[in-house]
Amino acid sequence: MEEFIVAWTARHGATRDRLLPLLHAMQEEAGYIDDAWVAAIARALNLSRADVHGVITFYHDFRRVPPGRHVVKLCRAESCQARGSAAIEAAAARRLGVAMGETRADGQVALEPVYCLGLCAIGPNALVDGRPVARIDSAALDRIALEVAA
Amino acid sequence: MSRVFISRDMASVALGADDVARAFAAAGCDVVRTGSRGLFSIEPLVEVETADGRIGFGPVGSGDVAAVLDGTHPHRLGRIEDLSFFASQQRFTFARCGVIDPLNLADYTAHGGWKGLETARALVPQQVVDAVKASGLRGRGGAGFPTGIKWQTVLDAPAGDKFIVCNADEGDSGTFADRMLMEGDPFCLIEGMAIAAHAVGAGHGYIYVRSEYPFAIATMRAAIEASAHRIAPFTLEVREGAGAYVCGEETALLDSIEGKRGQVRAKPPLPALQGLFGRPTVINNVLSLAAVPFILAEGAEAYAAVGFGRSRGTMPVQLAGNVKHGGLYEIGFGITLGELVNEIGGGTANGRPVRAVQVGGPLGAYFPPSMFHLPFDYEAFAQAGGLIGHAGITVFDDSVDMAHMARFAMEFCAAESCGKCTPCRIGSTRGVEIMDRIISARPAIPLRHPDESQDPESLGAMLDGAALDADFRQHDGQGSYLDKALYSRAPDRIDVSIEAQTTLLRDLADTMKYGSLCALGGFTPYPVLSALDYFPEDFGANAPIKEAAA
Repeated sequence: MEEFIVAWTARHGATRDRLLPLLHAMQEEAGYIDDAWVAAIARALNLSRADVHGVITFYHDFRRVPPGRHVVKLCRAESCQARGSAAIEAAAARRLGVAMGETRADGQVALEPVYCLGLCAIGPNALVDGRPVARIDSAALDRIALEVAA
Repeated sequence: MSRVFISRDMASVALGADDVARAFAAAGCDVVRTGSRGLFSIEPLVEVETADGRIGFGPVGSGDVAAVLDGTHPHRLGRIEDLSFFASQQRFTFARCGVIDPLNLADYTAHGGWKGLETARALVPQQVVDAVKASGLRGRGGAGFPTGIKWQTVLDAPAGDKFIVCNADEGDSGTFADRMLMEGDPFCLIEGMAIAAHAVGAGHGYIYVRSEYPFAIATMRAAIEASAHRIAPFTLEVREGAGAYVCGEETALLDSIEGKRGQVRAKPPLPALQGLFGRPTVINNVLSLAAVPFILAEGAEAYAAVGFGRSRGTMPVQLAGNVKHGGLYEIGFGITLGELVNEIGGGTANGRPVRAVQVGGPLGAYFPPSMFHLPFDYEAFAQAGGLIGHAGITVFDDSVDMAHMARFAMEFCAAESCGKCTPCRIGSTRGVEIMDRIISARPAIPLRHPDESQDPESLGAMLDGAALDADFRQHDGQGSYLDKALYSRAPDRIDVSIEAQTTLLRDLADTMKYGSLCALGGFTPYPVLSALDYFPEDFGANAPIKEAAA
């Protein structure tokens, strides 16, 4: 990752305000941000390791462990709740075999909460590996379960 | 070869628009991908270009190509502008959304684009600021602060580096206008920011977009590249958020751009004087900036002529949740809440009675139908103990448990607090605990679940009621996943009666409201107290409605 950081900062700059874009780029590259890379990030941007650690842990998007091979983000916000998402959340946990907020033991799928995808009139909504899915019902859950089993 | 228009908006895609577009392309059609018109019950919408204009069909599936092209499809809607949902709107900001190809510069120019910027650049900066003041435009992000006054402060600040920052961290549930504008008419936002830059003397701007909006991020990046020559010497970049709701708070957003934890800053100093990197900064919402091209192009008077009281111009209202005709509805201020929910929105999607609507996102108040006379106006809502916020209206039917919603508001605040101030950081966690005590102490209320006689158009999710109901009950007993992270223990030596706990809840809400640094902790009491005041039966209380903390 050291090489990636050096190449990225050479191209996009090494000022403090590049920290979030760098973290996004690293997570895009590796799927997560390993604690072992913190020192290299701090060196590259001339920050303290505590600074970098503080930012990584503050934002919900940044993961410190590898994600599931498939990631299902299910909306838990009010508009989806008004359209039955609490029941869908429970059913999704059962069908996918993983609790909300966790990655299944075999690493196949992670079920994560998201608070609003801006599709509020057609919920309950999800992002399945980045693809938006609306009006989730029992049949849609079956399709999602099949998709993430692959 | 037929020319057809199909939306590429994230909501349309979530409903299958990509498959439909592929099917029409495979049939040899010239497919133009537009933004969404904003009525999601007709998406995926296909508009076919004919001698009589664009004729709409929707919703359409990928197997419907032939029926649409020969005009026999049962969902023939005619001209979209003629549908009552659209004919009754006043589209100032969203005039082009759903009509044009969002990334086609020629299309944008042909539909009146850049006229506002050209007008502005022919004026001196003070004249531009004066026009925005005269329009009466107030910040559409929620606080409603006069935009022209904000710009004046930045214009008057000593020259040097100044920035324009667009707050596109639209995290409120029930709101999607920013997303739709960015995906459907990105040049409009860019033009508004370029006008702001000319007005205050800024050289560079940022659009801070939440990561939950990948389509908007991609569209804005492409639009900035395509229009760089039009806005030069002003330059723009997109900054992607990282899933922190509190970054919608302007000072937290600035810290986030600077590469820090998104924690709020105490004000003063105002961002207008010491904002991004300590420099004078205009920070406005997407809708505020996107309203500016119209104001400059058509004149401040044309904008100010529409509205109600001190709320001038139009508001893109977002009808969300359990609503029949959900979508984006742009209209001048002054329309009542009831008209929006029942007449425009058509009531609930599953035909059950409306019990509550939350206005203004997770930090907005819940109102019962008895408050539907309220006119959409900043002052009227404030007086009623609520807020317009970003004008999202989330509709709930009579199955909603308002104590659960009040608990969720506290839970959300606990999960999203930046942690800087105590009332928000600690208060929200204590609030969840109080709500748990109330919920366990209240008499059992019958679960109001939809029965079999519901409207055939009802939500798919609810059709699976029997099976899912068991999950829900089971899950309800276990608490949500966030509970594990929240400190919780059986209370001893404290009065756990509902009366004592609601008194404690009001006291806590008061502390959060007046002691928090920003709107997250400061406004969380709105949904909580309004739920308690208007729906006391869900809290196990039958006490008469108390005065909400003013």
